[in-house]
Amino acid sequence: MIGLLRINNLKIRAFPGLRSETRGTQHLCFPTHGAKTKARHGWGTQHFVVGATCLILMFTAGLSAQQAKPWEQIPIPPLHAFTPQQPKRIELKNGIVVFLQENHELPFISGSVLIPGGSLEEDASKIGMVSLYGETWRTSGTAKMDGDAMDELLESKAASIETSGGEDSTGISWDSLKGDSDQVFSLAMDLLFHPKFSDEKLTLAKQQAATGIVRRNDDEGEIAGREAMKLVYGPNSPYARQEELATIGAVKVADLEAWHEHTLKGKLIVGISGDFDPAAMEAKVRAAFESLPPATPAPVRHDEFPAAKPGVYFIQKGDVNQSNVQMVALGLDRHNPDVPTLAILNEILGGGFASRLFQKVRTELGLAYSVGGGFSLPYDHPGAFRVDVITKSASTVDATKAALAEIADLNTKPFTEEELKRAKENILNSFLFRYDTKGKVLAERERLEFYGYPADYLETYKAGLEKVSVADLNAAAKKYIHPDTLALLVVGNKDEITPPLDALDKGPVKTIDITIPMPNRGGQGAGSGTPGPRP
Amino acid sequence: MPRGSFSRITKIALAIALVSAVAAPAQDLKSFEQRITTKVLPNGLTIIICERKDAPVFSYTTFIDAGDVNDPSGESGLAHMFEHLAFKGTSQIGTTDYADEKIALAKVETANDAYEAEYLKPIDPDDRKLQDEHKAKLDELHKAFLAAQAEAHKYVVPNEFTDVAERNGATGLNAETGLDDTHYFWSMPENRLELWAWLESGRLSDTVPREFYKERDVVNEERRMRTDSSPIGRLVEQFLATAYVAHNYGRSSIGWPSEVSQISATEAMEFHKKYYVGSNVVVVVVGDVDAKTAMPMLEKYFSKVPAGPKPEEMTTVEPKQFAEKSLVIREQTQPFYIEGYHRPSYRDPDDAVYDAISDIMSNGRVSRLYRSLVEQQQIAAEAEGFSPFPGDKYPSLFAFYAVPLPGHTPAEMRDAIHKEIDKLRTTDVTDAELQMYKTRTRADLLRGLANNQGLANSLAEYQTRYGDWRELFLQLDKVDKVTKADIRRVANEVFVASNRTSAEIDTEEAAAGQGATKQSGGAR
Repeated sequence: MIGLLRINNLKIRAFPGLRSETRGTQHLCFPTHGAKTKARHGWGTQHFVVGATCLILMFTAGLSAQQAKPWEQIPIPPLHAFTPQQPKRIELKNGIVVFLQENHELPFISGSVLIPGGSLEEDASKIGMVSLYGETWRTSGTAKMDGDAMDELLESKAASIETSGGEDSTGISWDSLKGDSDQVFSLAMDLLFHPKFSDEKLTLAKQQAATGIVRRNDDEGEIAGREAMKLVYGPNSPYARQEELATIGAVKVADLEAWHEHTLKGKLIVGISGDFDPAAMEAKVRAAFESLPPATPAPVRHDEFPAAKPGVYFIQKGDVNQSNVQMVALGLDRHNPDVPTLAILNEILGGGFASRLFQKVRTELGLAYSVGGGFSLPYDHPGAFRVDVITKSASTVDATKAALAEIADLNTKPFTEEELKRAKENILNSFLFRYDTKGKVLAERERLEFYGYPADYLETYKAGLEKVSVADLNAAAKKYIHPDTLALLVVGNKDEITPPLDALDKGPVKTIDITIPMPNRGGQGAGSGTPGPRP
Repeated sequence: MPRGSFSRITKIALAIALVSAVAAPAQDLKSFEQRITTKVLPNGLTIIICERKDAPVFSYTTFIDAGDVNDPSGESGLAHMFEHLAFKGTSQIGTTDYADEKIALAKVETANDAYEAEYLKPIDPDDRKLQDEHKAKLDELHKAFLAAQAEAHKYVVPNEFTDVAERNGATGLNAETGLDDTHYFWSMPENRLELWAWLESGRLSDTVPREFYKERDVVNEERRMRTDSSPIGRLVEQFLATAYVAHNYGRSSIGWPSEVSQISATEAMEFHKKYYVGSNVVVVVVGDVDAKTAMPMLEKYFSKVPAGPKPEEMTTVEPKQFAEKSLVIREQTQPFYIEGYHRPSYRDPDDAVYDAISDIMSNGRVSRLYRSLVEQQQIAAEAEGFSPFPGDKYPSLFAFYAVPLPGHTPAEMRDAIHKEIDKLRTTDVTDAELQMYKTRTRADLLRGLANNQGLANSLAEYQTRYGDWRELFLQLDKVDKVTKADIRRVANEVFVASNRTSAEIDTEEAAAGQGATKQSGGAR
């Protein structure tokens, strides 16, 4: 069955190297590869706006063109009227917020409960606990139905209930055909309110986590993404630290139970979408959540964000013929009033095919397949400024210099009206795709609710983007782009890197040791009953 | 073997109820027949429009029935190279003066030919003088080659094709080259439909070999990233090269380094001429599009694609394997195990039986491999069987893989997988397992229908492979007909040692001290 395999993405998931794409990694805002992909909310910065009308932005003729531009003669009619359907927002007396998004196209109903609090808060001696919690919660099941029985029931109905543990939230989600939705909803609520964490399933989750830990130095891109974040935030920052065999080994069932009890008191956000009757669904959700005690507000975090330490850092990997180069610094969060300007700057620096980095390093120099970057702009904490380029070992210095030059040029090569216009068109003409499905609208509303942004945030943001001027760009570059403060990380094969990294003229090269700490034999292993990794 | 609380009979009853629930109004074949308009143009190109007016956007897929399996001998990676070229514009976009650019591009080809001829010249390794002359000549020719490129580059408006698309709201703009096929896709606001038709029909019919050699460097970087610098990438390339002795499925799909680095623009354009003909192309648009007004407009643009005979089918058929094969890569990365068995193509009457086996063995936490290797024996972090691999158009493989937990070995993975395979051969699967496969297949199909891009891809693929997009729905009949006996029969025919190729990574310890850099074994 050929199509279904594609839909399930099976081939690609199993073996990412099998199909070749023109642009493997999209570098739109923040590369999706690398560290912290577990977080549900970290950098999903996408946006929507109500009542988008057409944006007919014609092209400037000009450049050095002598040829006619036939595509400019093609009419662009007004866009069909469109008002994205907003979910109904219900705030319960206890502070819990419910979103109901009707969608009758297919006979499915899905839902989720978002629970504030995540791995940022876990104890330094138990890093990985929240991730283990997210896994064990579902596989353990409840007193009424254990996880294995739940698997049987759900799979027989082509339904699912899943739980997750992320950086700043955990959650439960479910999906089923309409006809099964009452039963699946009850099951999900049973799992939400009466989980029975099992030691056996925790051990299983620890084994899987241990497999990830011992394999984490196999893939060059994974190393680069992870270690770059440590340079940005510091190795012990909750935003960069990593689980170890010892820290997951220290996690006990009691930790998961305590975590669950604690976080369930927070301000939950419930989202339901699909083929339901809104009145009946509202009654059902109220019945499940209204009797909970008043939600306790999430504690305010007091993280420190010292600047990254500039310099050149190197990690040796003997089995590659390419270098993965990361150029990073501490960035900003989305509350910053300059965010619309920085989003435009991102587009010009590393956004699409026409961006400065892509044009120079890939198209003109042919030095990379994957190049891009910019500010990540998360909702609630300073993100990273990151530019990355992947190039053959021998061109490591050339490609790094070329990318650094593009970063430096942000300050020295003034932005042009044409660049601004292109970036605005790129962003604004595709703005529609932030809310073109009911599911995206719902997800955005949940996200804004979670981070405490106004519901009309996207409209404000879009208006901000429209106002950005060349002067704004030049000022923002001056304020936020400091090439000398960048930390440069190269993961690659030293023997092949000629000229060597000294040729970057950025001072002595510091080697980072990424040896995986192995707990003492006989000590706490990855999980009971599992032999530790081979010496 | 399942230890759930549900009896078999309950499950079957549930599944039957589900089948009727699924026959919802908007999502059966009939409703799609009302919303889909198909037209075959005089040049042989098929256009399908599927109206789905949820939001003022559309997605498209252009599906070319040619991929890297069609690369001529010595030119592996060619289809993919051409795909990259298709983003470089046409005689009308991406250039300041095409008439002059064309002349300059011809000179690039001449310079490349001269360089390649010298490069490939056999030189006596003991003759120092000849060696020096050869090297000097190469340097000179390479300089001339670079100069010719620089000259041609003067006419280039870099990335203008993609720039126009992105400025007009194109999202998810990309392309994929597989072994079997190549497809191009993006999504756009619906008022850009005609602009898209101009861009897309232009690049299909009027490709210019612009900046080809720079792009070849980019593709070489892509190879280093996906294959050379990835342990699994290296393993899979060697695994397929071992499993196949004759058919192109055994050849590196991104291209062997020596070949992909010597592909010329002329070769890419020849590939285009042969395979990018109307009869080999299906274009599908899904979204807020009115077929009545859009079809004549699309017809006008896509008629520009040259007509041409459907390219002849490949003569090579992989001969029956009669000897078990295995390969071991010893290096300092973590262990991994994969094995594959030759199976027929998607056209085989048993195609759905293979799907059933892969579902029962691999789909979710109830699957046999998960329950056995991950949950019960606790030797693997992940274990699955899947097919067809690496393609579906030609006889391919049914593959199994497992990721060992720390301290466990590929050999344990192999033995555990074989035990599960033996069960399939000797004992019928349960009614519940079989029914689960059928139920999930139906639901998965439905779930895929609410996504413009996913739907465009599926319709294009089924139209190409079966000559009729309806097969996307009709295949469910074949799914329903799969029996327990079919599964046992197929397992006994296919999962036999003489039909098997296996590959594994055995972890070598680092030499004393830190950071030994060389790997041994057959992967490089």
